[in-house]
Amino acid sequence: MQWEAVIGLEVHVQLATQSKIFSGASTAFGAEANTQACAIDLGLPGVLPVVNEQAVAMAVKFGLAVNSKISTRSVFERKNYFYPDLPKGYQTSQMAEPIVGPGWLDLTLDEQTTKHVRIHHAHLEEDAGKSLHEDFHGMTGIDLNRAGTPLLEIVSEPDMHSAKEAVAYLKAIHAIVTYLGISDGNMAEGSMRCDANVSVRPKGQTTLGTRCEIKNVNSFRFVEKAINYEIQRQIELIEEGGRVIQQTRLYDADLDETRAMRSKEEANDYRYFPCPDLLPVVLDEAYIQHLQAQLPELPSQKQTRFIEMLGLSAYDASVLSASRALADYFEQVYQVCQDAKAAANWVMGELSARLNRDGLEIQDSPVSSTQLGQLIQRILDNTINGKAAKQVFATLWAQEGQSADEIIAAQGLKQVTDTGAIEAIIDEVLAKNTAQVEQYKAAEVDKRGKMMGFFVGQVMKASKGTANPQAVNQLLADKLAALLD
Amino acid sequence: MALTSADVEKVAHLARIQIDASLIPEYTRDLSNILDLVNQMQQVDTSEVEPMAHPLDATQRLRVDEVTESNQRDALLAGAPATEAGLFLVPKVIE
Repeated sequence: MQWEAVIGLEVHVQLATQSKIFSGASTAFGAEANTQACAIDLGLPGVLPVVNEQAVAMAVKFGLAVNSKISTRSVFERKNYFYPDLPKGYQTSQMAEPIVGPGWLDLTLDEQTTKHVRIHHAHLEEDAGKSLHEDFHGMTGIDLNRAGTPLLEIVSEPDMHSAKEAVAYLKAIHAIVTYLGISDGNMAEGSMRCDANVSVRPKGQTTLGTRCEIKNVNSFRFVEKAINYEIQRQIELIEEGGRVIQQTRLYDADLDETRAMRSKEEANDYRYFPCPDLLPVVLDEAYIQHLQAQLPELPSQKQTRFIEMLGLSAYDASVLSASRALADYFEQVYQVCQDAKAAANWVMGELSARLNRDGLEIQDSPVSSTQLGQLIQRILDNTINGKAAKQVFATLWAQEGQSADEIIAAQGLKQVTDTGAIEAIIDEVLAKNTAQVEQYKAAEVDKRGKMMGFFVGQVMKASKGTANPQAVNQLLADKLAALLD
Repeated sequence: MALTSADVEKVAHLARIQIDASLIPEYTRDLSNILDLVNQMQQVDTSEVEPMAHPLDATQRLRVDEVTESNQRDALLAGAPATEAGLFLVPKVIE
């Protein structure tokens, strides 16, 4: 039986406001427990929540960036449940009238494939506090600093059919919120969290299978692994004659498996009703237009510009536009060297490899975009060859030189293009290796190419890598041909 | 609309309200009466009426995003039955 997975994601994004969604308490991460919780966050009697304008503006910006209809009227409701880190006994959220209506995103999966994913809606709500389960004499500790931090919950349609598509969607959301500056998108610190709804069905069937919701997946890699595990689990379960039960499952990264959370029958009985403390939020068109005008160039627009104006491939353009920091770096390199393809190759190749190896973000690169741009300039104007360029890059990376020019001069890497000088080196090499020359002359024509490589290597070595490889090849071929006559 | 005593027990549990078992028949009758009244109101044609989210005919004022609260931990923890290391302590929560 051929199976098809159906995946929808709920992404919670912490909005980068200074203060909370309904109070003037700080949202800064990492403060001492309960020092940033106030009477409103705790829901003490007599308090009145007031909506933070920035949280509204950020939600609207997101909506505009994903082609959504913005609701000029949205309503906060109470989602009722009891949990110790939810001090009010309800979460103030939105349900029937969310601020961001239906929208969509197009994802670039690879050179040929784009994927259209619809967004059902996005709504504003407040975050809960944190439960600390370390042993406090058999009790649980509660830190309410996070309670009331604004969240934007982005709900996709079940349009994705593989873990790869789900991760591409999540990365696209991450790129958009960080481009917009509405969240730092830090998954490790919980600024962006993802729940995945996964079901499977026989290929061709149109009705949906029973879904499970996977919670607690906090990195792109774990989202992919958790979804793959869950798809496989459901397929095996059905093929063995069982059936999937709708439930919430937790992903355990250590064991790489999902397991059922203890579920109560009334778990989903939230008894939403409009919050009497908050009036409907009404936005006028002028306000929305004003925010529209503030939007920066978005990842998809940048990608299109990279393809159409700079001639990059769709894949290169999508990789380079995935993060604003990477895109900015690339563009600065391009500004200096004026060759988009070369800039893209260096940023995605040598630079990214080094960053990965050392576990660094682009912002922390020891080689600045100007330094890399200047290095590429020296390759393009034939001052150095590719091999020397890697040496210059390594020196810049180790911060043992200020600029490509300085390192080229200090290490004597300037490429020798002078024909006379290269010929002299070739003559020297041929004179030193008479045995190989004789073998070359005696060899079959189709073997000579490989033997030629030996001489090229020796010449490059004798020039300490500075000879222009094209010139060496050409001159050497001429010399050897002359010997055969 | 007739509620059952099981409905009343479920609602009480969801709201974490402890009720005296002997009073369940009375609550069941009272709550059923309220629902009957709602059902009666449902018969009014409201197709031309916009759903009301709030009785006040006003819209939400928005707040400027700035930090106006200071650390009030000691005062807030003072009302809690158990605290430690700046945390509220509650009966152990097990997932």
